[in-house]
Amino acid sequence: MVGPGPAPLENANPLIYRRSGERPVTAREEDDELPDAIDDREIFDPAHLIRSINDPEHPLTLEELNVVEQVRVKVNDAESTVSVEFTPTIPHCSMATLIGLSIKVKLLRSLPERFKLDVHITPGTHASEHAVNKQLADKERVAAALENSHLLEVVNQCLSARS
Amino acid sequence: GVKDGKWTVLQLVEALGFCLENPDPRTRGRGIQLLSQVLLQCYSLLQEKEVLHLVLFYESRLQDHHLVIPSVLQGLQALSMCEVLSPGLAVSVLKAIFQEVHVQSLPQLDRHTVYSIITNFMSTREEELKALGADFTFGFIQVMDGEKDPRNLLVAFQIVRDLITKDYALGPFVEELFEVTSCYFPVDFTPPPNDPHGIQREDLILSLRAVLASTPQFAEFLLPLLIEKLDSELQSAKLDSLQTLTACCAIYGQKELQEFLPSLWSSLRREVFQTASEKIETECLAALHALSACLSRSVLSSDAEDLLDSFLSNVLQDCRHHLCEPDMKLVWPSAKLLQAAAGASLRTYHRVTRSVLPLLLEQYTKHPQSSQRRTILEMLLGFLELQQKWGHVEEDESTLLSLQAPVCSVVFSALTDPSVQLQLVGIKALTLLGSLQGFLSSSDLELVVDHLIRLALHEEDSQSSEAAMEAAGSLAPIYPKVFSGHMVPRLEKELQSEREESSHSHCSLQQRCLQALAAVSTHTSIVRETVPVLLQHLQKVQKGSEAGNTQDMVSVCQSLHRVALQCQQDAEGCWYFHQTVVPFLLAMAVQAAMQESTHLLGKALLEEEVLAAMVPVISAATTHLSPELAAQSVSHVVPLFLDGEVSFLPQNSFPCSFQPFGDGECLEAQRRLVALLMAFVCSLPRNVFPQQEWLLRELLALSCSCNCPFTATTAAKCFAGLVNKHPAGQQLDEILQLAVNRMEPSLAEGPCRMQALTLLLWVTKALVLRYHPLSSCLTDKLLSLLGDMELGPAAADGFSLLMAESPDVLHKGCHADVRIMFRQRFFTDNVPKLVQGFHRAGPDVKANYLKGLSHVLNHLPRPVLVTELPTLLSLLLEALSCSDRVVQLSTLSCLQPLLLEAPQIMSLHVDTLVTKFLNLTSSPTMAVRIAALRCAHALTCLPTPVLLPYKARVIRALAKPLDDKKRLVRKEAVAARGEWFLLGSPGR
Repeated sequence: MVGPGPAPLENANPLIYRRSGERPVTAREEDDELPDAIDDREIFDPAHLIRSINDPEHPLTLEELNVVEQVRVKVNDAESTVSVEFTPTIPHCSMATLIGLSIKVKLLRSLPERFKLDVHITPGTHASEHAVNKQLADKERVAAALENSHLLEVVNQCLSARS
Repeated sequence: GVKDGKWTVLQLVEALGFCLENPDPRTRGRGIQLLSQVLLQCYSLLQEKEVLHLVLFYESRLQDHHLVIPSVLQGLQALSMCEVLSPGLAVSVLKAIFQEVHVQSLPQLDRHTVYSIITNFMSTREEELKALGADFTFGFIQVMDGEKDPRNLLVAFQIVRDLITKDYALGPFVEELFEVTSCYFPVDFTPPPNDPHGIQREDLILSLRAVLASTPQFAEFLLPLLIEKLDSELQSAKLDSLQTLTACCAIYGQKELQEFLPSLWSSLRREVFQTASEKIETECLAALHALSACLSRSVLSSDAEDLLDSFLSNVLQDCRHHLCEPDMKLVWPSAKLLQAAAGASLRTYHRVTRSVLPLLLEQYTKHPQSSQRRTILEMLLGFLELQQKWGHVEEDESTLLSLQAPVCSVVFSALTDPSVQLQLVGIKALTLLGSLQGFLSSSDLELVVDHLIRLALHEEDSQSSEAAMEAAGSLAPIYPKVFSGHMVPRLEKELQSEREESSHSHCSLQQRCLQALAAVSTHTSIVRETVPVLLQHLQKVQKGSEAGNTQDMVSVCQSLHRVALQCQQDAEGCWYFHQTVVPFLLAMAVQAAMQESTHLLGKALLEEEVLAAMVPVISAATTHLSPELAAQSVSHVVPLFLDGEVSFLPQNSFPCSFQPFGDGECLEAQRRLVALLMAFVCSLPRNVFPQQEWLLRELLALSCSCNCPFTATTAAKCFAGLVNKHPAGQQLDEILQLAVNRMEPSLAEGPCRMQALTLLLWVTKALVLRYHPLSSCLTDKLLSLLGDMELGPAAADGFSLLMAESPDVLHKGCHADVRIMFRQRFFTDNVPKLVQGFHRAGPDVKANYLKGLSHVLNHLPRPVLVTELPTLLSLLLEALSCSDRVVQLSTLSCLQPLLLEAPQIMSLHVDTLVTKFLNLTSSPTMAVRIAALRCAHALTCLPTPVLLPYKARVIRALAKPLDDKKRLVRKEAVAARGEWFLLGSPGR
């Protein structure tokens, strides 16, 4: 049934989840005077962030694959920390590092510099969880990975708006 | 000479004799060329005999030197157009060409000539050519074999199509004919840039498709080709194959399809299951639809296998089980495939629904989660919608009727589910079931009404409540008795109930009741029930003394407005509404205005908000009246205002007389009612006139002298609305002169400058809209006021009033005289003056000009704006530095589309743009920050090499708005910064 596509998919009929709607704009947000704190939803939200990142191998977003969920995003605006847990679709997903890297890069580009980022795999959902987490936490390795133009290309593709 | 008849062709040939027989091929060629050109000019004058000889001559020349051939073909082309060609000659010419000329070695133009000859003969000598039998087809195949030029291909495809559709004998050459055309499939052609012939890829695709899909005889060759191309990697090839398949199904029968059905189905299924492209999915579904329709059409011979049945069994077998997994990715593709097949014919519909509907109903009960149920119900809804397509179905056959009870219980359970999303789908399904005639029993209907009332009034989520009201509105005309008998009384009771509980929830309940009453008023008989309820409620609110009843009155008016809009199309309902509501509102208002001087009760009715809410009600009740009825109404309402004639009002005993245009302090309240007069007279059809003269004078006086801005503005609007519709002529000129005479001195000085400016603005608008000659004079006056220290800013804002659509008067809906291009015209006439004025103006009023300009630009249609803006670009760039935020905002919103649509011009100014946009991202106004960030985002559309030098700087500068205190600003900053990061990076 799988046709002569580019390569056979690791998971051809994945479970998909409904996309949550756009965050409605409240009157408070339109008021010029009141400040709005950065919250979990904002980190998760579409233009604003990781929800709309594309999966490297499916034409679906990470939200639709339930790789990221709003409950697994923790933000503390006052202390300037962000923590994101992501869940690979299958325990042996070879794309886990790449997905983590995409999330990390997206956040680096989109958050004020004061924030300290922590991106890791939801505990117990991936075979080589520890190794991937270590790679993602290592600043120098992340920087080095982004020097690699092939890797950067794949990451940028994940971050490009869906055509 | 030959044309005029002075020479005969024979004489010409004799004169050319030397040339024609010259041994040098070049000279011979020239001679024949001359002769051919003469023939092309005057083929219609030739005699039968002459033609015969010429044909024989030319045929013999076909064997001549290759230099001569082009001219020979031209000559034959001329002769092929002769009507007097004797029988047999066409055949002999074609035979000669087929035999002697190797067409594909000729240049493009000469090949084209050959095709023309064939086309000409085919259109005039069909019988003769058919006598040639399959030889003709074979000859043509040889002619076109290997053709490469798109211009010729279009002609050749047309010939093939005619061969097939006009029943020429194809003989044993069907496959050859197919080969010679199908080798171009799928068409891969990109027209060269600046192509003068204007042949598009699409032209070739369509004309080739017309050939391939013209006969079932091609089926055995074409279908394998289509299946092969469907497997191709190229998206365009897939699309073309699918569309061609759909086209073929229109003429194929099951005999042609039989052999290929399994592989066609597996290709289609694969594409729908795997594709990421919506376009391919749509085409696949269309093809499946066409296939099923084709199979349903084919008449069955009694012993043959029912192909449709086995085909659908396959489809069902492959798709059905996916429907049981409402969380998985394939559930929707499967449902869509099944729906495409089911929509093809009544037979397919029954076959599919018989199997799927019970399954879906069962799955609904099996899956308790709301989100899963929603998916299932949405699929069910899709199948129900198809039922609608077949209209009323005989009862014994309908699967749906046999499932009536379970379907209803599923839908009702969705309506009581806590999930709003599921409720919404449930409401949609309910509306659909209601529209299927005879599906819902009367007890079901009462249940439906109960559910709708509950959702409309008590459901917390406003989406569900609105959807329920909509549903009530669309079902009410189908079951008017049920709704007027059950729903209206229930709503009325709710509305009247006085409850002591917290006033807030009571308040919102009342609101909902009002909205629901309006929503359900979609049938005349229901309108007659709801309007009195609404009016009574309005009166009750007015008599009540609670604070905040302004808002309640406004809500009632909004409901009345909605009812008015809903009954506009129905003449009877419209007149009923007008006759009932307009006098009632006027009476209430007049009464309130009279009492006001003595006691405060009922004053709320005269507040601007409430009067403003009544305006659209009266207006909507008036615009659709027939001229006769409108005139009848005019004869009551206008005397009320001019003479205080109150006799037509429902309660007409008033303590004093009504004189809104009279002098005197205590009449202030009465004057405000001019708003209601405006709503009425400005909405009349154009051929109904109130007593213009007197009325216009009174309005003019009021607008210039009244101290209350609301009244003065309303009077000015009313005056403008009437002037706009006034027929041209002396009367109009006089009244306008009068207006100008009143305005001039008040504008110059005195306490009423502001009122005079308002009047000027509205009158100018009225005249600009109808292209009246005086409008330019008034506009100039307005332009000169931009330099005025006191009135300048107001005059600048006035430009937005001139260009924008006004909600209550002077728009198309109230029959105003509006020319479609008035904005463009205003732009070309006045923008140069604005620019000039800007350059001449003193520094403290410059901003007024910029503001005026930006209002004009903001209302211009986008396409016009983009073509005109480059000339204004330098001014706009200057406007970015202006400190007025209205100017900043409108300039940014002008520049943003320009960046997207004219990146080349904008690249020239990239330095200025980057600097200014980045500066404005720290503006104190949120809207400006957002607009500036959007522009910074749009900058990424400029050519990348232009931008790269700024990349680092922009990315650094955009880090700051990432930490903006407003979320909406941060959102734009993230989008813009992300896009800048991608610039010039791999993988963008």
